[in-house]
Amino acid sequence: MIDIFINVTLLAFLAITSVAIVRMTNLFAIVMLYGIFSLLSAGLFVVMDAPDVAFTEAAVGAGISTVLMLATLALIRNQQKPYYAEAPQAHRPWLPLIVVAITGAALVYGTWDIPGFGDPNAPAQTHVARYYIENALPETGVPNIVTAVLASYRGFDTLGEVTVVFTAAVAVLLLIGGRRPKPAVKLKDKGEQDEA
Amino acid sequence: MDFFVGHYNYWVVIFLMLVGLYTVISRGNLIKKIIGLNIFQVSVFFLYISMGTVEGGAAPIIAEGVKLYSNPLPHVLILTAIVVGVATTALALALVVRIKESYGTIEEDEIHDLDHSL
Repeated sequence: MIDIFINVTLLAFLAITSVAIVRMTNLFAIVMLYGIFSLLSAGLFVVMDAPDVAFTEAAVGAGISTVLMLATLALIRNQQKPYYAEAPQAHRPWLPLIVVAITGAALVYGTWDIPGFGDPNAPAQTHVARYYIENALPETGVPNIVTAVLASYRGFDTLGEVTVVFTAAVAVLLLIGGRRPKPAVKLKDKGEQDEA
Repeated sequence: MDFFVGHYNYWVVIFLMLVGLYTVISRGNLIKKIIGLNIFQVSVFFLYISMGTVEGGAAPIIAEGVKLYSNPLPHVLILTAIVVGVATTALALALVVRIKESYGTIEEDEIHDLDHSL
Protein backbone atom coordinates (compact mmCIF):
# COMPACT_ATOMS: atom_id res chain seq x y z
CA MET A 1 0.00 0.00 0.00
CA ILE A 2 2.81 2.41 0.90
CA ASP A 3 4.30 1.67 -2.55
CA ILE A 4 1.14 2.89 -4.26
CA PHE A 5 1.04 6.00 -2.08
CA ILE A 6 4.67 6.95 -2.91
CA ASN A 7 4.02 6.18 -6.57
CA VAL A 8 0.94 8.44 -6.72
CA THR A 9 2.70 11.28 -4.88
CA LEU A 10 5.86 11.21 -7.03
CA LEU A 11 3.83 11.12 -10.24
CA ALA A 12 1.82 14.13 -9.04
CA PHE A 13 5.10 15.98 -8.31
CA LEU A 14 6.32 15.14 -11.82
CA ALA A 15 3.14 16.53 -13.37
CA ILE A 16 3.42 19.75 -11.33
CA THR A 17 7.11 20.17 -12.25
CA SER A 18 6.40 19.69 -15.94
CA VAL A 19 3.65 22.34 -15.89
CA ALA A 20 6.02 24.72 -14.08
CA ILE A 21 8.63 24.12 -16.81
CA VAL A 22 6.14 25.09 -19.52
CA ARG A 23 5.07 28.25 -17.70
CA MET A 24 8.56 29.53 -16.75
CA THR A 25 10.34 32.06 -18.93
CA ASN A 26 13.75 32.11 -17.24
CA LEU A 27 16.00 29.62 -19.07
CA PHE A 28 18.29 28.98 -16.10
CA ALA A 29 15.31 28.15 -13.87
CA ILE A 30 13.90 25.88 -16.58
CA VAL A 31 17.14 23.89 -16.78
CA MET A 32 17.29 23.56 -12.98
CA LEU A 33 13.66 22.40 -12.86
CA TYR A 34 14.45 19.85 -15.54
CA GLY A 35 17.22 18.51 -13.27
CA ILE A 36 14.65 18.16 -10.46
CA PHE A 37 12.29 16.44 -12.91
CA SER A 38 14.99 13.86 -13.76
CA LEU A 39 15.80 13.25 -10.10
CA LEU A 40 12.10 12.69 -9.29
CA SER A 41 11.97 10.22 -12.19
CA ALA A 42 14.95 8.34 -10.74
CA GLY A 43 13.11 8.06 -7.41
CA LEU A 44 10.02 6.79 -9.16
CA PHE A 45 12.05 4.14 -11.01
CA VAL A 46 13.27 2.83 -7.62
CA VAL A 47 9.65 2.56 -6.41
CA MET A 48 8.80 0.62 -9.59
CA ASP A 49 11.56 -1.96 -8.84
CA ALA A 50 13.96 -0.76 -11.55
CA PRO A 51 17.14 0.20 -9.64
CA ASP A 52 19.42 -0.08 -12.71
CA VAL A 53 17.27 2.36 -14.65
CA ALA A 54 17.17 4.67 -11.61
CA PHE A 55 20.98 4.74 -11.40
CA THR A 56 21.28 5.57 -15.08
CA GLU A 57 18.58 8.24 -14.95
CA ALA A 58 20.15 9.89 -11.88
CA ALA A 59 23.68 9.86 -13.31
CA VAL A 60 22.98 10.50 -16.99
CA GLY A 61 19.57 12.22 -16.99
CA ALA A 62 19.89 14.43 -13.91
CA GLY A 63 23.69 14.78 -14.05
CA ILE A 64 25.11 14.87 -17.56
CA SER A 65 22.06 16.42 -19.31
CA THR A 66 21.87 19.26 -16.79
CA VAL A 67 25.60 19.96 -17.17
CA LEU A 68 25.27 19.94 -20.98
CA MET A 69 22.33 22.36 -20.85
CA LEU A 70 24.14 24.70 -18.44
CA ALA A 71 27.19 24.63 -20.73
CA THR A 72 24.95 25.55 -23.67
CA LEU A 73 23.44 28.44 -21.69
CA ALA A 74 26.97 29.67 -20.92
CA LEU A 75 27.93 29.48 -24.62
CA ILE A 76 24.85 31.34 -25.87
CA ARG A 77 24.64 33.91 -23.06
CA ASN A 78 23.43 37.30 -24.11
CA GLN A 79 24.81 40.32 -22.24
CA GLN A 80 21.86 42.54 -23.11
CA LYS A 81 19.16 40.02 -22.25
CA PRO A 82 20.21 37.69 -19.40
CA TYR A 83 16.63 36.46 -19.02
CA TYR A 84 14.79 35.59 -22.12
CA ALA A 85 11.34 37.06 -22.48
CA GLU A 86 8.73 34.73 -23.88
CA ALA A 87 8.62 35.26 -27.62
CA PRO A 88 5.30 36.27 -29.16
CA GLN A 89 3.37 33.13 -30.02
CA ALA A 90 3.60 32.05 -33.63
CA HIS A 91 0.14 30.47 -33.59
CA ARG A 92 -2.93 31.40 -31.63
CA PRO A 93 -2.64 29.61 -28.26
CA TRP A 94 -5.76 27.50 -28.71
CA LEU A 95 -4.47 25.76 -31.84
CA PRO A 96 -1.74 23.72 -30.07
CA LEU A 97 -4.14 23.15 -27.16
CA ILE A 98 -6.74 21.59 -29.48
CA VAL A 99 -4.13 19.36 -31.15
CA VAL A 100 -2.84 18.23 -27.74
CA ALA A 101 -6.37 17.66 -26.35
CA ILE A 102 -7.38 15.47 -29.30
CA THR A 103 -4.16 13.43 -29.04
CA GLY A 104 -4.73 13.05 -25.30
CA ALA A 105 -8.32 11.90 -25.69
CA ALA A 106 -7.24 9.23 -28.19
CA LEU A 107 -4.45 8.03 -25.89
CA VAL A 108 -6.71 7.88 -22.79
CA TYR A 109 -9.25 5.92 -24.83
CA GLY A 110 -6.41 3.49 -25.62
CA THR A 111 -5.64 2.89 -21.92
CA TRP A 112 -9.00 1.14 -21.40
CA ASP A 113 -7.52 -2.03 -22.90
CA ILE A 114 -4.21 -1.95 -21.02
CA PRO A 115 -3.98 -4.50 -18.17
CA GLY A 116 -3.88 -2.79 -14.75
CA PHE A 117 -0.64 -1.55 -13.18
CA GLY A 118 1.28 -4.46 -11.59
CA ASP A 119 -0.94 -7.24 -12.98
CA PRO A 120 1.20 -10.43 -12.83
CA ASN A 121 -0.83 -12.09 -15.64
CA ALA A 122 -0.41 -9.27 -18.18
CA PRO A 123 0.84 -10.50 -21.59
CA ALA A 124 4.11 -8.61 -21.09
CA GLN A 125 4.90 -10.78 -18.05
CA THR A 126 4.14 -14.21 -19.47
CA HIS A 127 6.37 -14.66 -22.52
CA VAL A 128 10.08 -13.97 -22.91
CA ALA A 129 10.52 -12.30 -19.48
CA ARG A 130 9.91 -15.63 -17.74
CA TYR A 131 12.67 -17.27 -19.82
CA TYR A 132 15.20 -14.61 -18.79
CA ILE A 133 14.25 -14.83 -15.09
CA GLU A 134 14.58 -18.64 -15.03
CA ASN A 135 17.69 -19.06 -17.19
CA ALA A 136 19.80 -15.93 -16.80
CA LEU A 137 21.76 -17.17 -13.76
CA PRO A 138 22.48 -20.74 -14.99
CA GLU A 139 23.34 -19.62 -18.54
CA THR A 140 25.40 -16.49 -17.93
CA GLY A 141 26.39 -16.68 -14.24
CA VAL A 142 25.32 -13.07 -13.64
CA PRO A 143 22.83 -12.63 -10.76
CA ASN A 144 21.59 -9.26 -12.02
CA ILE A 145 19.20 -10.21 -14.83
CA VAL A 146 19.24 -6.72 -16.39
CA THR A 147 23.02 -6.87 -16.76
CA ALA A 148 22.83 -10.42 -18.12
CA VAL A 149 20.34 -9.41 -20.82
CA LEU A 150 22.14 -6.15 -21.62
CA ALA A 151 25.63 -7.58 -21.95
CA SER A 152 25.02 -11.17 -22.99
CA TYR A 153 21.64 -11.97 -24.63
CA ARG A 154 21.28 -8.56 -26.27
CA GLY A 155 24.95 -7.69 -26.62
CA PHE A 156 24.49 -6.59 -30.22
CA ASP A 157 21.84 -4.07 -29.11
CA THR A 158 24.38 -2.57 -26.77
CA LEU A 159 26.92 -2.46 -29.59
CA GLY A 160 24.36 -0.53 -31.65
CA GLU A 161 23.82 1.85 -28.71
CA VAL A 162 27.55 2.51 -28.47
CA THR A 163 27.58 3.20 -32.22
CA VAL A 164 24.82 5.81 -31.80
CA VAL A 165 26.64 7.50 -28.91
CA PHE A 166 29.89 7.52 -30.90
CA THR A 167 28.17 9.02 -33.95
CA ALA A 168 26.56 11.73 -31.81
CA ALA A 169 29.92 12.54 -30.19
CA VAL A 170 31.61 12.85 -33.60
CA ALA A 171 28.77 15.07 -34.85
CA VAL A 172 28.99 17.35 -31.79
CA LEU A 173 32.77 17.67 -32.26
CA LEU A 174 32.32 18.48 -35.95
CA LEU A 175 29.68 21.12 -35.14
CA ILE A 176 31.26 23.02 -32.26
CA GLY A 177 34.64 21.45 -31.51
CA GLY A 178 38.10 22.48 -32.68
CA ARG A 179 38.99 25.63 -34.64
CA ARG A 180 36.25 27.20 -36.67
CA PRO A 181 36.24 30.28 -38.87
CA LYS A 182 34.59 33.31 -37.25
CA PRO A 183 30.89 33.58 -38.06
CA ALA A 184 30.06 35.84 -40.98
CA VAL A 185 30.01 39.51 -39.85
CA LYS A 186 27.13 40.44 -42.12
CA LEU A 187 24.73 37.98 -40.56
CA LYS A 188 25.81 38.92 -37.06
CA ASP A 189 25.14 42.64 -37.68
CA LYS A 190 21.77 41.78 -39.04
CA GLY A 191 20.95 39.75 -35.96
CA GLU A 192 21.86 42.60 -33.63
CA GLN A 193 19.80 45.08 -35.61
CA ASP A 194 16.89 42.74 -35.45
CA GLU A 195 17.08 42.45 -31.69
CA ALA A 196 17.25 46.25 -31.30
CA MET B 1 -11.12 2.30 -7.27
CA ASP B 2 -9.10 -0.66 -8.56
CA PHE B 3 -9.49 0.60 -12.09
CA PHE B 4 -8.31 4.06 -11.02
CA VAL B 5 -5.20 2.77 -9.19
CA GLY B 6 -4.44 0.39 -12.06
CA HIS B 7 -4.53 3.13 -14.68
CA TYR B 8 -3.36 6.21 -12.77
CA ASN B 9 0.23 5.65 -13.96
CA TYR B 10 -0.80 5.54 -17.60
CA TRP B 11 -2.89 8.69 -17.30
CA VAL B 12 -0.04 10.66 -15.73
CA VAL B 13 2.26 9.30 -18.46
CA ILE B 14 -0.17 10.62 -21.08
CA PHE B 15 -0.36 13.98 -19.27
CA LEU B 16 3.45 14.32 -19.26
CA MET B 17 3.56 13.32 -22.93
CA LEU B 18 1.03 16.03 -23.80
CA VAL B 19 2.89 18.65 -21.77
CA GLY B 20 6.03 17.81 -23.75
CA LEU B 21 4.17 17.91 -27.06
CA TYR B 22 2.54 21.24 -26.18
CA THR B 23 5.94 22.75 -25.29
CA VAL B 24 7.43 21.61 -28.59
CA ILE B 25 4.52 23.01 -30.63
CA SER B 26 3.80 26.29 -28.86
CA ARG B 27 7.12 27.62 -27.52
CA GLY B 28 9.53 29.39 -29.84
CA ASN B 29 12.71 29.21 -27.77
CA LEU B 30 14.89 26.36 -29.06
CA ILE B 31 16.22 25.32 -25.62
CA LYS B 32 12.68 25.12 -24.31
CA LYS B 33 11.70 22.99 -27.28
CA ILE B 34 14.55 20.57 -26.48
CA ILE B 35 13.41 20.34 -22.84
CA GLY B 36 9.87 19.65 -24.09
CA LEU B 37 11.22 16.77 -26.20
CA ASN B 38 13.05 15.44 -23.13
CA ILE B 39 9.86 15.50 -21.03
CA PHE B 40 8.11 13.58 -23.82
CA GLN B 41 10.95 11.06 -23.79
CA VAL B 42 10.82 10.53 -20.00
CA SER B 43 7.07 9.90 -20.24
CA VAL B 44 7.76 7.04 -22.66
CA PHE B 45 10.28 5.60 -20.18
CA PHE B 46 7.54 5.60 -17.52
CA LEU B 47 5.14 3.84 -19.88
CA TYR B 48 7.62 0.97 -20.35
CA ILE B 49 8.68 0.68 -16.70
CA SER B 50 5.05 0.80 -15.52
CA MET B 51 4.21 -2.10 -17.82
CA GLY B 52 7.16 -4.12 -16.45
CA THR B 53 6.16 -3.69 -12.80
CA VAL B 54 4.68 -6.73 -11.04
CA GLU B 55 2.62 -6.32 -7.86
CA GLY B 56 4.75 -7.60 -4.94
CA GLY B 57 7.70 -8.33 -7.22
CA ALA B 58 11.33 -7.63 -6.32
CA ALA B 59 13.99 -5.88 -8.40
CA PRO B 60 15.29 -8.36 -11.03
CA ILE B 61 18.42 -9.43 -9.17
CA ILE B 62 18.49 -13.14 -8.32
CA ALA B 63 18.47 -13.63 -4.52
CA GLU B 64 17.72 -16.45 -2.08
CA GLY B 65 14.09 -16.78 -1.10
CA VAL B 66 12.67 -14.36 -3.68
CA LYS B 67 9.97 -15.91 -5.85
CA LEU B 68 8.57 -13.01 -7.85
CA TYR B 69 10.64 -10.56 -9.90
CA SER B 70 9.55 -7.59 -12.00
CA ASN B 71 10.03 -7.86 -15.76
CA PRO B 72 13.73 -7.23 -16.64
CA LEU B 73 13.22 -6.66 -20.37
CA PRO B 74 11.71 -3.11 -20.25
CA HIS B 75 14.52 -2.12 -17.88
CA VAL B 76 17.13 -3.18 -20.44
CA LEU B 77 15.39 -1.32 -23.27
CA ILE B 78 15.00 1.86 -21.21
CA LEU B 79 18.64 1.76 -20.03
CA THR B 80 19.65 1.87 -23.69
CA ALA B 81 17.07 4.57 -24.44
CA ILE B 82 18.29 6.88 -21.64
CA VAL B 83 21.88 6.82 -22.89
CA VAL B 84 20.85 7.31 -26.53
CA GLY B 85 18.52 10.13 -25.41
CA VAL B 86 21.37 12.04 -23.79
CA ALA B 87 23.50 11.59 -26.93
CA THR B 88 20.77 13.08 -29.13
CA THR B 89 20.17 15.90 -26.61
CA ALA B 90 23.88 16.75 -26.78
CA LEU B 91 23.65 16.89 -30.59
CA ALA B 92 20.59 19.15 -30.44
CA LEU B 93 22.30 21.51 -27.98
CA ALA B 94 25.37 21.68 -30.26
CA LEU B 95 23.07 22.67 -33.13
CA VAL B 96 21.57 25.40 -30.90
CA VAL B 97 25.06 26.78 -30.20
CA ARG B 98 25.80 26.89 -33.95
CA ILE B 99 22.46 28.58 -34.69
CA LYS B 100 23.17 31.20 -32.03
CA GLU B 101 26.59 31.87 -33.63
CA SER B 102 25.18 32.27 -37.13
CA TYR B 103 21.89 34.05 -36.44
CA GLY B 104 22.51 35.76 -33.11
CA THR B 105 19.24 34.44 -31.64
CA ILE B 106 17.61 31.20 -30.54
CA GLU B 107 14.00 32.36 -30.99
CA GLU B 108 12.33 30.44 -33.78
CA ASP B 109 10.31 33.35 -35.23
CA GLU B 110 13.36 35.67 -35.32
CA ILE B 111 15.34 32.98 -37.17
CA HIS B 112 12.43 32.64 -39.58
CA ASP B 113 12.36 36.42 -40.20
CA LEU B 114 16.14 36.50 -40.77
CA ASP B 115 15.88 33.65 -43.29
CA HIS B 116 13.25 35.52 -45.27
CA SER B 117 14.96 38.91 -45.18
CA LEU B 118 18.13 37.56 -46.84
